Amino acid sequence: MGSYIPNTASERQQMLEAIGMTSFDDLYTDIPEELRCRKPLSLPSGLSELEVLQKATEISEKNTRFAHIFRGAGSYHHYIPSIVKQVTSKEEFVTAYTPYQAEISQGILQSIFEYQTMICELTGMDVSNASVYDGATAAAEALAMCRDRRRKTVVVSGTVDPKIQSVIKTYCFGSGADLKILPEKDGQTDLAAWEELNGSETACLLIQSPNYYGIMEDCRKIAESVHAAGARLVAYCNPISLALLETPGEFGADIAVGEGQPLGLPMAFGGPYLGFMASTKDLMRRLPGRIVGQTADAKGSRAFVLTLQAREQHIRREKAGSNICSNEALCAMTAAVYLSAMGSRGLKNVADACVTNAHFLLSELEKNGFQ
Amino acid sequence: MKLIFEMGAPGRGSELIPECRSPYALKTAALREKPLHLPEVSETEISRHYTELVKQAHGVNDGFYPLGSCTMKYNPKVNEEAAALPGFTGIHPLQDADDAQGSLEVLSKMEDMLCEITGMDACTLQPAAGAHGEFTGLLLIKAYHTNRGDRNRTKIIVPDSAHGTNPVSAAMAGFDVVNIASDDHGCVDLDALKKAVGDDTAGLMLTNPNTVGLFDPNIAEITRIVHEAGGLCYYDGANLNAIMGIARPGDMGFDVMHLNLHKTFAAPHGGGGPGSGPVACKDFLAEYLPGIRILTANTLPDAVCASDFGITDQENHYIVSRADRSIGDVRSFCGNFLVIVRSFCYILTLGREGIPEAATGAVLNANYMMHGLKGHYRMAYDRVCMHEFVVTLEQEKQERGVSALDIAKALLDHGIHPPTMYFPLIVHEALMIEPTETESRETLDEAIGIFLDVLKQSEETPDEMSQYPLKAPIRRPDEVAAARKPIVRYFRE
Repeated sequence: MGSYIPNTASERQQMLEAIGMTSFDDLYTDIPEELRCRKPLSLPSGLSELEVLQKATEISEKNTRFAHIFRGAGSYHHYIPSIVKQVTSKEEFVTAYTPYQAEISQGILQSIFEYQTMICELTGMDVSNASVYDGATAAAEALAMCRDRRRKTVVVSGTVDPKIQSVIKTYCFGSGADLKILPEKDGQTDLAAWEELNGSETACLLIQSPNYYGIMEDCRKIAESVHAAGARLVAYCNPISLALLETPGEFGADIAVGEGQPLGLPMAFGGPYLGFMASTKDLMRRLPGRIVGQTADAKGSRAFVLTLQAREQHIRREKAGSNICSNEALCAMTAAVYLSAMGSRGLKNVADACVTNAHFLLSELEKNGFQ
Repeated sequence: MKLIFEMGAPGRGSELIPECRSPYALKTAALREKPLHLPEVSETEISRHYTELVKQAHGVNDGFYPLGSCTMKYNPKVNEEAAALPGFTGIHPLQDADDAQGSLEVLSKMEDMLCEITGMDACTLQPAAGAHGEFTGLLLIKAYHTNRGDRNRTKIIVPDSAHGTNPVSAAMAGFDVVNIASDDHGCVDLDALKKAVGDDTAGLMLTNPNTVGLFDPNIAEITRIVHEAGGLCYYDGANLNAIMGIARPGDMGFDVMHLNLHKTFAAPHGGGGPGSGPVACKDFLAEYLPGIRILTANTLPDAVCASDFGITDQENHYIVSRADRSIGDVRSFCGNFLVIVRSFCYILTLGREGIPEAATGAVLNANYMMHGLKGHYRMAYDRVCMHEFVVTLEQEKQERGVSALDIAKALLDHGIHPPTMYFPLIVHEALMIEPTETESRETLDEAIGIFLDVLKQSEETPDEMSQYPLKAPIRRPDEVAAARKPIVRYFRE
């Protein structure tokens, strides 16, 4: 019922005449007649704002909203502090484009710089990018970072979430990478199988810890074995668990990735979410996507810019490592506000509560005869 | 201004969830040893910090944003309200289909509407961005050729005017990229195309209207040439805003395409994301689509009786399945759902009348602005444009050393977000201007005046141009230093 065009029909007519045209068809003379839509699109007629909101509300109510959701598997029902929603709904943050024009985008650039710092703190890694689409694509991009002409095989532990495996498989269908899935043993990565399987062509191993079954992997031992083979270790981790558990940086991962949804983003039927990616300094120039760096402006004041862009598609075109050109900036800001609101103490409290509740439920179920 | 890490004091923070009084002691030695340094700040400080940051950000609400190729149209607020409905935000992506009928209805109807707008037959909403959609679409092309045993088709043809993502998406999908030069009009050079195609052609990627803002009048011939060689045609939907409701990629001979919901369908850009890049395709590619396929009672295979699913009334009941030869998943779950909700509401608002009206409005505004700048700024291609046009500062650069960058930076002092700079690559010293349909005539008149003033300024005082902007929160940053000695995180002193 409207198209958000401010100009009235008669104003548009005047504008048309001002540029020497008589008909709106004159705007489209380059489109051959036979390719133009002959009849209106088969869509419903436009609606007023009231009707749209009523309809959206009505449809949303066809979903079942559960008060308690025990289904994790990549999307988690955590409390989202009020400040998070308030801050991230500010119109300028919501409606801005990628901060190409640094002079008027310091707010967004600084928020990403702060996010990158928090991800480095959480993961114990040296460098974080500005985020990618979600955890699964972060994992797929991380494996692509490790491949080179000599080492073409990527190995994924069978204890990694099958949805992540599915995305990796699809990415490997594209790149032609040789993908091997490592068998599991008693709910953990079978290290003996890895040692048998890896060779001079193996680029990396991806593990998830705690893994899809909620079991911790023996990350240190795995890291040693992977590095002994000259390969790299990619660790997929839950960001909240990192308040308690040994970080990928501590156990020797080369790249840490994961799903940032638990950091203040609603489950929202699957998205938008946030893929975080952090690496050692050595791999910094192989990280895909945006990275914000600190510099100074012409007057010497601290300033932030998108940096290391020589890695990216708009410069390198087909030789770039990845095609990603957006990040999930607003989701990254959401995570940064969440982590600021929680603080180190608060995040540890969330992690403690998650572990304690999970074990309480487990023991109650066991008491009642579940195995 | 301060970083959030430079604020607060040890021990500050908020009480957000009840304290876990007797935490379960994990039976592992693999615990974090390094202290975690997150900000320790009060809620007041967080609120004020981000309020300071927002003063140093520039959104569509701040002013004119003619960033070519990015379609920075107004982002309607009702869409934000719909996306915040608890019936959408509080739904787990793995809830049974029976418990997620509302979400599935949005997805299913959105797929149908996008197919109608594009002239395609099937659609996936899983890709999270435009580039992600390109990658997905190219995988469909790969799966198609592979499945037919046509394994020699390893090349994707890309014009030199293409978005930078096109060639690298093709490379990620395992193809070799063949770049072809554009003709004098910025369109596809038919002779070059005929020479480039062959039995190794997997497909062509094309933006139409192209990146210089022109509709390629030979489009039917172009897709015919590629099809005759056995290749498929991929449509980069970045510029769909110019032609939606006027002409459809599916009718032009394209087989597969992506859309950018954050451009064409008014979902906000979020400072660089989240976006959404649905992929639509013709029937013969539908069996390869990734993610879930949503079936309704009407689209269930014949062998399945609707009553098997307990369908009792006229309302559609949605079930999920997978395409037969699906390429798998390109992302977890079903995509950026809340972005899809926003664009769903936008299409409901515009409807069949509003969609072509928006397109015509965008093309009118672009031509109006081009008309106002013509005779002062040099047009890269001086003819009726679509939703955007490109000017070149090549002569100014040669004559008085004023670059496209200088003009762009000077515009910042006047509250205008600069046009896209130095793209497309085939135009030197390019500024690409896309006003969009949601700008009023006064805004355009005012912007034209500012563009002309800045150009005049560059004639009178060319030596001063490199100092702008003067009024922005910072002066020009040293990007070279940033890349040479990267500082990409904060360290405590």
